[in-house]
Amino acid sequence: MRLSAANLACHRGGRDVFTGLSFSVASGQALAITGRNGAGKSSLLRTVAGLVRIAAGEVELEGGDPELTIAEQAHYLGHLDALKPAMSVGENLRFWTAFLGGKSAEAAAALEAVGLEALADLPAAYLSAGQRRRLSIARLLSATRPVWLLDEPMSTLDATGQQRLAGFMRAHLAGGGLILAATHGALGIAPAQELRLGEPG
Amino acid sequence: MSALAALLTRDMRIGVRVGGGALMGVLFFLVVVSLVPFAVGPDLALLKRIGPAILWLAALLASLLALDRLFAADHEDGSLDLLLMSRTPLELVVAAKGLAHWLTTGLPLIIAAPLIGLMLNLDPPAEAALVLTLLAGTPALTFIGLIGAAISVALRRGGLLLAVLVLPLTVPVLIFGVAAANAAMSGPAPFGTPFTILCALTLASLVIGPFAAAAALRQEME
Repeated sequence: MRLSAANLACHRGGRDVFTGLSFSVASGQALAITGRNGAGKSSLLRTVAGLVRIAAGEVELEGGDPELTIAEQAHYLGHLDALKPAMSVGENLRFWTAFLGGKSAEAAAALEAVGLEALADLPAAYLSAGQRRRLSIARLLSATRPVWLLDEPMSTLDATGQQRLAGFMRAHLAGGGLILAATHGALGIAPAQELRLGEPG
Repeated sequence: MSALAALLTRDMRIGVRVGGGALMGVLFFLVVVSLVPFAVGPDLALLKRIGPAILWLAALLASLLALDRLFAADHEDGSLDLLLMSRTPLELVVAAKGLAHWLTTGLPLIIAAPLIGLMLNLDPPAEAALVLTLLAGTPALTFIGLIGAAISVALRRGGLLLAVLVLPLTVPVLIFGVAAANAAMSGPAPFGTPFTILCALTLASLVIGPFAAAAALRQEME
């Protein structure tokens, strides 16, 4: 499986965020997207996720399911947690697991993997920022998608959380998945490539 | 199918919990209708004559109440991104959310309508006809409202825009809903004619609403 972009451009709010962007990531590889604030890291991930219209160029997933779009084969972990404060931790995760086509047993396992199993009945409103992030990460584990689009995945996580996430990413890559991660700091894994945005030339 | 069942359960659960707004709709309905006898005075004949119109208007306003949060809440917490990326067609996702909204706001209104109808001097046959028209017509209000909710999704305080967009579109539903209820009470026109048109309006909105709302949501993603 190979995710590649050719001459990709993104246009938002009347200005070009990036133009002429090309990359290619194969199964088992991670691409780190770096660059200053506002360079378009998040926009690039949202473009690949199909959430922002492609202004020019194309993104292609070779070797994926031809019946599905890239968005349908991808997990997107953005700045927002997609959690409902009125529902419990377990209910939130079980909903996303069922909605994304995972099994409920996997939701329980994922909750344990991120270390939130003791809080399963707590309303999500009471979670800290790091715990909310962990709960979002559990969604990546409970439903299977070959492509992971991670926007600053390490932010708000404590040291244990970062180690766990690095472990999940390694396991995902070892299983033939691929990762696009926007990041400022260390990713916890060795990315095969780095794409610097916002650099002249 | 289980993805849609999960979404339906989630939306209903959020709707009936604290801050969900579903029960606010039925309370608002009860308060608005109870105010009318105080405003109009104890003229039983007049209350009986305008009763169906008052109940329909109150139902229309009450069903708009929670509608502006339908997609906006999912937009603000990032859920909408994941709904847009899902393998379930967006039209069905939108329809499931509409159904959940109707079950938590429309259905309680219909259950409360016979009780509150007593305050407007409606007799049992009139109440039965009224409940029937609300049952047939309120889904149309929700599914027309879906379009407005989708258009105003990214706006702060989109509720006002939503009302301005949606209320004119609900005029046919209001006309035929009240006409059917009046026909059943006093005649001379038969109940069946306006009621059939009301059902047709609902069926049409059940089809058009999800498609238009899904198109609007796709358009939102700049």
